[in-house]
Amino acid sequence: MGQAIEVHGLVKQYPGLTAVDHIDFQVASGSVFAFLGPNGAGKTTTTEILEGLRNRTEGDVRVLDLDPWKEGRRLHRKIGVIPQDFRFFEKINPREAIEYYAALFGTDPDPMELLGRVALEDKADSHYDTLSGGQKQKLGLALALTNNPEICFLDEPTTGLDPHARRAIWAVIRRLRSEGRTVFLTTHYLEEAELLADHTAIINHGKIIAAGTPGEIIRRLGRPERLVIEAPPSLGTYLQDQAGIPAEIHDGKVEVPLRAKGDALRVLNAVASSGIPWEGFTTAQDTLEDVFVRLVGQMDDGALKSEAAP
Amino acid sequence: MNGRRLFGDFKVVVLSYRRNPVALFFSLFFPIILIVLFGYILGGSGSVTTPLAVENLDHNSPASQAFLSALNNTTLVQITMVNYPPSEFASQLGDNGYTSGLIIPDGFQANYTNSTPVNVELFTNPQDASGAGISEEAVQGVVTAFNLHAACPTCSPIIGITPKNVGSQVYKEIDYLIPGLIGFTILTSPMFSMVDIAASYRKDGIFRELSLTPLTKAEWLTSRIVWYVLLTFLSAAIMIGAGVALFNAHVELNAGLLPFLVAGPFLFVSIGMLAGTVARTPESAAIIGNIITFPMMFLSGTFFAVSLFPPWLQSVAKILPLYYVIDGMNQVMLFANTTRALTDLAVVMIIAVVFFLLAIRFFTWRDE
Ligand SMILES: Nc1ncnc2c1ncn2[C@@H]1O[C@H](COP(=O)(O)OP(=O)(O)O)[C@@H](O)[C@H]1O
Ligand SMILES: [Mg+2]
Repeated sequence: MGQAIEVHGLVKQYPGLTAVDHIDFQVASGSVFAFLGPNGAGKTTTTEILEGLRNRTEGDVRVLDLDPWKEGRRLHRKIGVIPQDFRFFEKINPREAIEYYAALFGTDPDPMELLGRVALEDKADSHYDTLSGGQKQKLGLALALTNNPEICFLDEPTTGLDPHARRAIWAVIRRLRSEGRTVFLTTHYLEEAELLADHTAIINHGKIIAAGTPGEIIRRLGRPERLVIEAPPSLGTYLQDQAGIPAEIHDGKVEVPLRAKGDALRVLNAVASSGIPWEGFTTAQDTLEDVFVRLVGQMDDGALKSEAAP
Repeated sequence: MNGRRLFGDFKVVVLSYRRNPVALFFSLFFPIILIVLFGYILGGSGSVTTPLAVENLDHNSPASQAFLSALNNTTLVQITMVNYPPSEFASQLGDNGYTSGLIIPDGFQANYTNSTPVNVELFTNPQDASGAGISEEAVQGVVTAFNLHAACPTCSPIIGITPKNVGSQVYKEIDYLIPGLIGFTILTSPMFSMVDIAASYRKDGIFRELSLTPLTKAEWLTSRIVWYVLLTFLSAAIMIGAGVALFNAHVELNAGLLPFLVAGPFLFVSIGMLAGTVARTPESAAIIGNIITFPMMFLSGTFFAVSLFPPWLQSVAKILPLYYVIDGMNQVMLFANTTRALTDLAVVMIIAVVFFLLAIRFFTWRDE
């Protein structure tokens, strides 16, 4: 499987601001790639450069082996795009919208079949201006599919949607992947990346601060799996000092990192022999969200500190 | 140009328009309202006094002057003294828009005082029945009074009337109004909506979305032009129909009208698009649109004939593109003056092509 998207040393400068700052990544054909980052991180800017809507300041970008800026017209026939703020002609209904795009692209999809894929058949005849936010987004998805694209670019497709609508969009994304299409997804919802993506890159202030499969990112940057014991802090001190087990106190609970299989048994034995009363225990693992919040938090703390410095 | 894309885009234009009651009102019902309104305003002020062109060949003799002042006192006619070559009097009347004229012959006073019969020549146009009737009544009244005053009741009358016809076509104001009002809708209906669309589609990102499709700018603009041409055909037919049905307007219906109904919308869709493109926001687009539209709305012969303007204002009118659209339609619909209509058409087409190319040149689907 080749690379659908290749980005090397991409830089985008707006007057007085470097929105994208030397980023590199690749997206394998047929995979779902999630570009994860808080608002203003540079997701839309990057996406629009890949779509050929914006020129880049520096760097190499290949999408389906084309230069998006110079070969945009050719590229646009092969990609489907839902912009972050998808808008359409107010008085046109989804069926007509699909017929319109089909005429523009010279394709012949069955409008109802396409609307069925995004679960919008029941609104086929409702004017765009009467659709809900989620339905508009679904229409955007359906339109992005009228030219049977190899890559779909979805810029925050679920932002502001209710959980039900969000799940419907997720189902479509899974289906796109199962059809062998490449999906480039931006989001600031961690669970979305975790649930859907084969690969994730976390971007903040225009820089990629972590990349890999969600599992890899968690293993590499998250804290290891740990045992969380509901017990007084004195148990932590006991484990540290008497049993030589590294323990921390978090949210009033004692946490012990688990590095090897036998660790849990050893810790529980030590807890039993301490004689300190305890309520129960669970094991915990970082989610992508924990990693994300920590990474972004560290960066922003740093930024705040350096700003505050005299 | 790709037919399927053009047609697909055209369909969206038609559907959007059809579902927009305000737009429909302004392009189809507003013209009727205009015709009815102006028809009644002009009809209401209906000529109580008829313009009468008078040529006095008796060198302003006291008798001829007394005759004219008596004619003036009837208040039925509004006298304008003219000085046409007598042999061309009838045709000059027509060319200058008169339907009634009077010639007082040389030797009027001498004959009158000698009681030798002498005739004044009264030119009327049978098609302008009311104007003809009024001027005949006025002249006849004065002639009778002079005859009574001059001689014994038993004598034969000294002054007689030689009736003559003016061959020219009679125009009512509604006749001028129809081409003017068609011009008005040719201007306003594309201008207002194109300016708005060009700016608001940009703001809403719809142009960005279209930029990701194979639709070309020329196709996009062409489908709008086609739509406004159709709309213009429709509203012109409505206005002509209403003018003829309600006010008995005289309209020369010939194929020469069609090129103007095509070239006009072509021109103003392009200008509107260009204006909306150079304006960055819908608000400033509306302002720019008004600045372009308002002078043309009043000064191009829409509601008032340009020939009634003072000369300097006529020169202003002649730099407005709509002037040539309306003048051309006047030539076609009223005067059947093909040469001048063709010149007007050429002017409109050249300006239209220039603006179309400018609009395509400056219009970008997106900013970067
Ligand atoms: N056209 C533009 N001109 C100047 N600055 C911009 C422009 N578009 C975006 N930015 C800035 O670039 C940064 C990244 O924006 P964006 O790519 O939209 O972020 P995201 O999509 O991750 O929220 C932000 O600080 C934003 O204000
Ligand atoms: Mg964004």
